[in-house]
Amino acid sequence: MAAEQITIEPAKVEDIQSVIDLDEAITGSAKSEYWYNIYNRQSLQSNGIFLVARVDDAVAGYITGNIRTWEFGSPPAGWIHAIGVNDTYRKLGIGTLLFERIKAFFIESDTATIRTMLHIDDHLLMSFFRFQGLSAGPFIELDMTLPSNEMA
Amino acid sequence: MRLNQATQYAIWVTVHLVSRPGEQVSAGDLADLFGISQHHLAKVIRSLAFARLVTSTRGPGGGCQFIADPKRVTLFDIISLFEDNWSGDRPRAQKPDSPPTLAEVSRVLSEIDRITLATLRSITLQTIVNNTERRSIQHNVADSAAGNANGAARATNTVTDGDT
Repeated sequence: MAAEQITIEPAKVEDIQSVIDLDEAITGSAKSEYWYNIYNRQSLQSNGIFLVARVDDAVAGYITGNIRTWEFGSPPAGWIHAIGVNDTYRKLGIGTLLFERIKAFFIESDTATIRTMLHIDDHLLMSFFRFQGLSAGPFIELDMTLPSNEMA
Repeated sequence: MRLNQATQYAIWVTVHLVSRPGEQVSAGDLADLFGISQHHLAKVIRSLAFARLVTSTRGPGGGCQFIADPKRVTLFDIISLFEDNWSGDRPRAQKPDSPPTLAEVSRVLSEIDRITLATLRSITLQTIVNNTERRSIQHNVADSAAGNANGAARATNTVTDGDT
């Protein structure tokens, strides 16, 4: 399939159910409220972006992110929060097209860095981002399991 | 992170071959490029060929060529061929009556292994080649910008000198 048959455009509210379904297929978790909130925040604010990839009017993939400033002491950086591509449309370069568009958005916004966070065991997604040129950044994520409120 | 010599040679050779898609690169050229003996190189190439990562043909016009998919072969795949008992996710054996501090030390070391494994499993040979090209382009752009800035400064100085 030629790249010109794939269109990348801002997500519309009617796309969100497709995004929810695609995210559930990828992660196993349906997050309806989360995705509508993401749409409201990223699409309607100038520092956010929510794109979908369409193939024959079907949502084949999505990417979302925004520019965050001074969190964790970091100068402004363009964060990619989520990316997903329908299995049916894999190996068509959709992930790369989505990434290049969000990268262009961050560049146009004079952001000097792209950043993302992903599960340490998600080697496939990590490999995708590394292929696009990302590498380990100057931050490290730490966490701790908390006792339940009843046991605290 | 310490790798044995054969592993390092294997990484250098495979990355170089990936950066030359479709080309036959002679073992002699590889040995000269990396300053390694042809004897050691031959052993490495044999192992890579057995793993169906490269082909190696003798005679005039012969040489080595990468034949696997460089977007799928990772640094971990190469390292696994040449390092014995190397694994980032193997639990360390502990005696039942070991002190609890040993378990915590083991957990910290496992954390390091997990990060190392994630890095090695996510970097493909093609990614290394692509990043090399990206850095080269960025370097050229930076040099060009520095050159333009110096040229502008010289032009300014020339005008200033002329005015005095």
